[in-house]
Amino acid sequence: MFQIVIHGRGGQGVVTASEMLARAGFAGGFQVQAIPSFGSERTGAPVVGYTRFSESKIFTREPILTPDAVIVLDPTLLRAMNPFHGLASGGWAAVNTRESPNEVRRISPDAPPTPGHLATLPADDIVREYLGRPIPSAALLGAFAALTGKITLQSVADAVTHLFKGKVASGNIASAEVAYKWVEDHRGQEDVGAPNGIAHVDADRPTEAELPHALIGSPEVSNA
Amino acid sequence: MHELLEGSQAVARAVGLCHPDVVCAYPISPQTHIVEALSGMVRTGKLVNCDYINVESEFAAMSVAIGASAAGGRVYTATASQGLLYMAEAVYNASGLGLPIVMTVANRTIGAPINIWNDQSDSLSQRDSGWLQLFAIDNQEAVDLHIIAYRLAEEISIPIMVCMDGFVLTHATDVVDMPTQEQVDAFLPSFTPRESLDIDNPRSIGMMAGPDIFTETKYLSHRAMLGAIDRLEEVSGEFEAIFGRRTGRPVRVLGAANGSDSVPGRHGQIAVIAMGSVLGTLQAIQPVLRASGVDIHLIGLGAFRPFPSRALAAAIGQASRVVVFDRAIQVGIGGVLSGAVRRAMKGSPAPLHSVAAGLGGRPITEDSLAAIVRQAHAGDLSDLTFMDLRDDVIEKVS
Repeated sequence: MFQIVIHGRGGQGVVTASEMLARAGFAGGFQVQAIPSFGSERTGAPVVGYTRFSESKIFTREPILTPDAVIVLDPTLLRAMNPFHGLASGGWAAVNTRESPNEVRRISPDAPPTPGHLATLPADDIVREYLGRPIPSAALLGAFAALTGKITLQSVADAVTHLFKGKVASGNIASAEVAYKWVEDHRGQEDVGAPNGIAHVDADRPTEAELPHALIGSPEVSNA
Repeated sequence: MHELLEGSQAVARAVGLCHPDVVCAYPISPQTHIVEALSGMVRTGKLVNCDYINVESEFAAMSVAIGASAAGGRVYTATASQGLLYMAEAVYNASGLGLPIVMTVANRTIGAPINIWNDQSDSLSQRDSGWLQLFAIDNQEAVDLHIIAYRLAEEISIPIMVCMDGFVLTHATDVVDMPTQEQVDAFLPSFTPRESLDIDNPRSIGMMAGPDIFTETKYLSHRAMLGAIDRLEEVSGEFEAIFGRRTGRPVRVLGAANGSDSVPGRHGQIAVIAMGSVLGTLQAIQPVLRASGVDIHLIGLGAFRPFPSRALAAAIGQASRVVVFDRAIQVGIGGVLSGAVRRAMKGSPAPLHSVAAGLGGRPITEDSLAAIVRQAHAGDLSDLTFMDLRDDVIEKVS
């Protein structure tokens, strides 16, 4: 069993990310499960999603307490909480931040100590170039693919296409590709961050109206 | 075909495959995704010959369901928690009138204090309503049980709640083997109502029954509910013949060493009984417990109504102890399920332990479940335990 916890804030697509991750794993031959954790699902509130990959049928329904990998969609969570709590020894993490891996380890001592097991990338900057809004879920899945090799970049693209169309799909796929390449290019550079983000890209971004509700993020518990 | 689907989407599609004539519902978490999906299917023409009726409350939802069913339609609705309580008066009418409505209950607790999360307090509060209540372990069963529910409800003229743990199942994305339309059509005949309202042939249903016949109506309901146990078992077998998997058995032994799902418990075993998704987590810890010498005999109840007392007693067999994981409690008494199990165990010398687990969405962890079963094995478990009770909170209040 390989267990992944996704941390983010309401509106960043945590639930969508855990589903897309499950879909990518399913395409790769795993049995999968994605469970959102439901708390106060307001825009901006911390949200957690759980995804499991397994070679055999998954029975358990408990929340993931000891993840093998952590994905952090929101840079501000690093100083607000410990997103690496319970991370298995030898575990992995992909973090949306301009900070370098070693800077993240200074901020959050439970971040993966193993060189090459912690990838940081300026996903907000990347996604803003392609989607016009910092909705970094697909980019982080691209980074996760490069980091762990558990899923392929193509399976991330397919998971995006399953949910989205047109410019939203192509913008997410392009973001995932750039994120994948970023992680590949920065492998072993534990002290290198991205203080200036990424260079401007002349992309055909979707308008606000074209962004689907699911991507902008709707409160999951809207009519309690 | 195996697909990756959110539980609610999978259930909506299963309901669509049953071709309801009328879907009416009022949104309430965690049921909302199901009826949203069905409304989308009707709007986009994926579900034809179906009226989707927006109503102003759960009371109206059940009232519309009653009307549509009395007029001879196949009807679907869904609710949870306070929504089920709000429709309760009409819930009793649906069963009393013998209307085979199928309703998903996305199990959620009942306030106050307000809490949107999962336990099984809502449907279990309606245990005397005269409806059947089937419980899904996972989303595959949730899908299958809706198809089984229409078949059974329409045969025996009793409405059925298909209960699935809210959020834990409704919002989980899992691999589901979606039935095909051909399979469903082979299993589920079109609905021929026993009697229906017809403007060309006027009649009334739901007339007043005086003291001279009221007892008899209750006796007949009782008899019909008892008969539903055997019929559910048979329908589950017929389901397996077409769909290739056995869903819907009222009582099932899970993960038995010899693979049988009806082997009785042996002396020295701890019989563990539960309903719903907690059974999955219990299955996950079964091998570890066995390897450490704790022989757990796991019994999953697929139906709370009808309550399969005889099959349950047979499944418990000679087990030395019984642990019931209760997802709803009767305040001042103990677990709802364990109360029913105790009655079914009449005459058995095995001690019964009720464990209130996962109330109001408290996560049910493998470690906590395993610790409880180990305590029972060591003869160290009380009659009633609130699992993971937070002493720090209790102390502040006491």
